[in-house]
Amino acid sequence: MTQVFKLSRRSFLAGTAAAGGLSLGLALPGAAQDASDSTPELNAWVVINPDNTVVVRVAKIEMGQGTLTGLAQLVTEELECDWDNVTWSYPTPGENVARDRVWGSFGTFGSQGIRTSQQMVREGGAAARAMLLQAAANRWGVDAGDVTVAKGVITGPDGATLTYGDVATEAAALEVPTEVTLKDPSEWTVAGTSVLRLDTADKLDGSRKFAIDLTQPGMMLGAVKQTPVLGGKLVSYDADAVMDMPGVQKVMQIGEDTVVVVADTWWRAKTALDALPIEWDLGENATFGMDDLDAMLDEGLTASDAFVGNEAGDVQEALSGAAQVVEAVYHYPSQHHATMEPMNAMALVTDDRCDVWVATQNAETDLAVAAETAGLEIPQCDIHRINLGGGFGRRASASDYTVIAVKVAMEMKGTPVKVIWSREEDSTHGAYHPTTKARMRGALDADGNLTGMHIRISGQSIFAGLMPFALEDGMDPLTFQGLQAESTEGEFGYTVPNLLVDHAMRNPPLRPGFWRGVNNNQNAFYLECFMDELADAAGKDPLEFRRGLMQDHPLHLAVLEKVAEGIGWDTPAPEGRYRGLCQHMGYGSYVAAAAEVSVDDRGNLTIHKIVAATDPGHVVNPQQIEAQIEGSFAYGLSAGLLSQVTIEEGQVQEENFDTYPIVSMWEMPEVESHLIPSGGFWGGVGEPTIFVATPAVMNAVYRATGKRIRELPLNKHDLTPA
Amino acid sequence: MQTLTVNGNNLEVDAEPDTPLLWVLREQLGLTGTKYGCGVAACGACTVHIDGMPVRSCQVQLQDVRPEETITTIEGLSPDLSHPIQQAWLELDVPQCGYCQSGQIMAAAAFLKDYPDPTDEDIKAGMTNLCRCGTYNRIKAGIKRAAELS
Repeated sequence: MTQVFKLSRRSFLAGTAAAGGLSLGLALPGAAQDASDSTPELNAWVVINPDNTVVVRVAKIEMGQGTLTGLAQLVTEELECDWDNVTWSYPTPGENVARDRVWGSFGTFGSQGIRTSQQMVREGGAAARAMLLQAAANRWGVDAGDVTVAKGVITGPDGATLTYGDVATEAAALEVPTEVTLKDPSEWTVAGTSVLRLDTADKLDGSRKFAIDLTQPGMMLGAVKQTPVLGGKLVSYDADAVMDMPGVQKVMQIGEDTVVVVADTWWRAKTALDALPIEWDLGENATFGMDDLDAMLDEGLTASDAFVGNEAGDVQEALSGAAQVVEAVYHYPSQHHATMEPMNAMALVTDDRCDVWVATQNAETDLAVAAETAGLEIPQCDIHRINLGGGFGRRASASDYTVIAVKVAMEMKGTPVKVIWSREEDSTHGAYHPTTKARMRGALDADGNLTGMHIRISGQSIFAGLMPFALEDGMDPLTFQGLQAESTEGEFGYTVPNLLVDHAMRNPPLRPGFWRGVNNNQNAFYLECFMDELADAAGKDPLEFRRGLMQDHPLHLAVLEKVAEGIGWDTPAPEGRYRGLCQHMGYGSYVAAAAEVSVDDRGNLTIHKIVAATDPGHVVNPQQIEAQIEGSFAYGLSAGLLSQVTIEEGQVQEENFDTYPIVSMWEMPEVESHLIPSGGFWGGVGEPTIFVATPAVMNAVYRATGKRIRELPLNKHDLTPA
Repeated sequence: MQTLTVNGNNLEVDAEPDTPLLWVLREQLGLTGTKYGCGVAACGACTVHIDGMPVRSCQVQLQDVRPEETITTIEGLSPDLSHPIQQAWLELDVPQCGYCQSGQIMAAAAFLKDYPDPTDEDIKAGMTNLCRCGTYNRIKAGIKRAAELS
């Protein structure tokens, strides 16, 4: 079946009435990356050069997740060009503004890269194909319906051929079709296949320039130090003590809480900064420690006031009338993104212009922030998007790097300045995964049926700390990710007749942020480990217990059944090995995992294998989804097994990878991935599977040791057999 | 001024003697393929070869490098992506963001010399570089593939 879509002209056409009608092939206003490009732009998504190379414009940013390649596959599929000729370019947010946001949002987060763009880019490809075929038909004087195309070569009724490059200029001058027919995914030949990424080669010989690698003539380098305690202020510093050190150009205060040393190399700037006498007023948070955090979160677990995120029936009645009440308290600590490329940005400011080169997941925000900081209008500014050396939400949480780089550059107008955070500054000034606890209570009847459940979350809100304008009457709806009744983003997968999910907001003095998977991480850990506790209390097999609650949630159940089959749930595990499973839904996708582990007599855990299943609706590149599943497991298991951010005297204690360990080759399990797209919707793949690795492993650890791991990371616990 | 031998070239370097080799490579010589990740030898993103041995260049000071020692960075591993590790990495789409991969490749190239036919356990014990994207399983497969290609 094919789908016909009415095109929204605003959705992808180049130029608008403001540009004098629907003329295509306009030179891009201010198009830095295509400045030498006088070649035809078929529409905002597609440029075809005379040599037949096809430039796919990518609005999202690449940070390893493969979106760039996936979007190019979707355009190629509808355009019917030769995949071997496809390359890409990034429009800038300034260009997007100048063209009435023809490319939509540049925001690359929430596992949205493909799912929120697929319609636009497929339409862009299909419209361009129709125009190219029409141009060839016009040249031959035949009906467009009588020409065919394969891999960018158009064949006429008499067998004559033209390439896309031959007719691109003529095509660009044609009327844009108002309707296109998109292929059914069952007809895909490029999309849906495991083509290799378009962006690999220059990562193998050092030639890819990350933002931290960029240079410009006359560039200066800044090293940054910010208040060690959130809310602290800079009192004084003694610039004279370091001005004679090699290469030092300038020492400056930025805002109330930051000092920057600028030198001719970053190492010299950092060396001087380390030697710089600085006095801080650490402020009211300077005594806050983990005991305070514990007390703060514990108090919220039983507080009378809480925001309600999901409610059905009467949970108090269910609990008071239960044959058995199961109760447990869980805790998820703060986490740092720890991108391998530390935060950095380069800015060049003059009296009437501000340019920033930065790795960001949300360049439009950086553009607005840069303009505001520099006191300039948006058209006087632009953000040059550079592929990220890791994002994971850190580069979508706060544009602090752009703000500081612009402020430094404002002090040195006409000089490009690149500001780089040391690993230690990066680690101690993150936008951390929020920390929460949860008090879980379940009501079982005499037959072991779950009649009621109360999930009380106590702890930090991302919105409150990062974007309070997004709160809804004080409530942070994002806190309930994966626990909502009905949501395409994350839906509770069980039918519990009496249910209450509520949140007592308690915000410690740590800046929160969006951390890959976001609140689904702890919510899946709480719910899915507690489900195993309930199953045990009910005397039922964990899979069987879940099945009984999932009959109205067939897509949730399907992925769970898949991993159970994959791990061999119905057959005994090998001697000494134990299994656990779980499921969750988020970012539009249904995911599940089953882990097989062993624990030796010294308490060492080995994760032998994790079987994963994901139903993202549609699959654009199977091998890239598999890479995302494996990567998300490494990221999720880092938090599950090894790492946490702690705070004492108001200061983050973990400054580097020696105290903030992450999963390495040593801990990485074998991963068996099952992709079971059911069609009908488009879900994300970058994050969802991160939710399920840790609960599956912790459920297996319980089978192996009899120990319920309710506080992460696992390395806080001694698994040595008694 | 100090002389370094980098990727077959003799280069004059003007930097403080205690400057880490990592920053000499990146800022004095413009060889930015070698990455800054942690500065404390924990991540391996700065791995280069000195006389063929893998070294975390953030821990080597300029004054500790002798002129006759040969330094190889990712830019000098092969002229055309022809090293078996690079070939395998291409074939298996190993990198995700790519930031740590210079170091991973340099570590893997040195590892492969010591373990021309490595087992999974050899690789688990021998490859200690960090990757936040979590490309470990493909790195492992890539090393085994490179062993076949060698």
